[in-house]
Amino acid sequence: MEKIIEVKNLVKKFDSFTANDNLTFEVKKGEIFGFLGANGAGKTTTIRILCGLSAPTSGDVRVAGYDIYKEQEKVKQNIGYMSQKFSLYEDLTVSENIRFYGGIYGIKGEERKRKETALLKNLEMEHARNKLIGSLPLGWKQKLAFSVALLHDPKIIFLDEPTGGVDPITRRRFWDLIYETAANGTTVFVTTHYMDEAEYCDRISIMDAGKIEALDSPTNLKIQFGVKTINEVFVSIAR
Amino acid sequence: MMIKINRVSKSYSKTPALKEISLEVSKGELFGLIGPDGAGKTTLIRILMTLLLPDSGEILVNGMDVVKEYKKIRQFTGYMPGRFSLYQDLTVEENLEFFASVFGTTIEENYELIADIYHQIEPFKKRRAGNLSGGMKQKLALSCSLIHQPRILFLDEPTTGVDAVSRQEFWEMLKNLQQKEITIFVSTPYMDEATLCDRVALIQNGQILDVDTPNAITSRFSSDLYRISAENIYKLILDLRKYNKAESVFAFGQFIHLTSTPDSTNAKELENYLQAMKHTNIKIKKIMPGIEDVFINLMK
Repeated sequence: MEKIIEVKNLVKKFDSFTANDNLTFEVKKGEIFGFLGANGAGKTTTIRILCGLSAPTSGDVRVAGYDIYKEQEKVKQNIGYMSQKFSLYEDLTVSENIRFYGGIYGIKGEERKRKETALLKNLEMEHARNKLIGSLPLGWKQKLAFSVALLHDPKIIFLDEPTGGVDPITRRRFWDLIYETAANGTTVFVTTHYMDEAEYCDRISIMDAGKIEALDSPTNLKIQFGVKTINEVFVSIAR
Repeated sequence: MMIKINRVSKSYSKTPALKEISLEVSKGELFGLIGPDGAGKTTLIRILMTLLLPDSGEILVNGMDVVKEYKKIRQFTGYMPGRFSLYQDLTVEENLEFFASVFGTTIEENYELIADIYHQIEPFKKRRAGNLSGGMKQKLALSCSLIHQPRILFLDEPTTGVDAVSRQEFWEMLKNLQQKEITIFVSTPYMDEATLCDRVALIQNGQILDVDTPNAITSRFSSDLYRISAENIYKLILDLRKYNKAESVFAFGQFIHLTSTPDSTNAKELENYLQAMKHTNIKIKKIMPGIEDVFINLMK
């Protein structure tokens, strides 16, 4: 089974503060991996390192088959990223956003047009091609942002709290997209504060104070902690 | 009646945010305004806090009109807005002192009210607010909103973006405050928090879908609800959506919730259907709805 993320003894310090304390974990191809933890546990630090935006203090990290220290740019070309806070440009149209992001990843001309058409058809948003992003409902923006992050067919997509505050139906439709994406072989690395979403993952890890305190499938974790919900697992660890 | 809202509407240019909202909240109630982004929660709370004028309708807070008597209302209302809005470059202690002075009081005078909450962040009182974790920022914001002993507390999505443990702790703090006879009006997109309130209003697209105790709301659910799981969850969702008696099919954590018209099908029939589709490890149970089931149903 191909490994898309390999982390061994990852340490990240900011002066004397240890944000990531000797992390070791792997994520397999096509997995939906939930990366959980309280605010301040060290999740964002880890994600930034995995995305090639920040260098570790020590430890081995490989993402999408590339070494984080020596091949940062290759890592960036092979990953997608989406979050609630970082999304598409509100004052550009749907088509303009796709053209822009396509351009960043070197997708041009006929190939870009083809991907744009396929993307909009899949989301049933062909009629919104020339609408400004700012004019679309939140649920549509999210699905678009997700699809655009996949435009260059990355091996893995990082989702940073993608469904915060969104209505319950849109939230679930978004997870339908995630399932579909993983079923097509793209690995999904997602953080969330919704404990029911943790259940949709193949495996989850829970970070606390810079360390990984739990890593397994939701079912196994519930058995291990003798509880019925992931919420209870989380509370056992984080309290 | 602590809060009386009568047919309030508000639009931003041509975008309607609130459409003829009417609500009442009793003294000492823990009242939840439940709805997703864009439903109108922040708009309503800003109007109640006398920070925004309604286009039409009438609102009385403790018997006073929000438009004509806003200054009086501000004396006894506490507010915790949607995003952390305290001073990032002032310390915990300095923020608290500032808000106390704005309301003409001191930390000592009303310390008892905030003691339980403030104790947890007191060790960090010399730290700048900007350097606190999400959970600690919440506790500070809550302390600042209580420093003048308000009679009503308005909290706009206090738990959004905060981890599950801090969320739980926060609601424990609210329950404790309720014991001190403070009326609490809180908005949240988290449906599971609805059950922690005395009464809730479900809001979507500027309109109230239902108002009542959580139990009364769920008892009005008019469809049958089945909780289903199987070995392959993704295939399960796809196959259940093709089931001809299914009204709606949605994922709920490790289970799928399927609704159908009352008595149109049963667990055995569903099981037969799924076995025919080659599913294994099938578990089906007819269950009572939760607030999220109701909300999804009312949204359609």
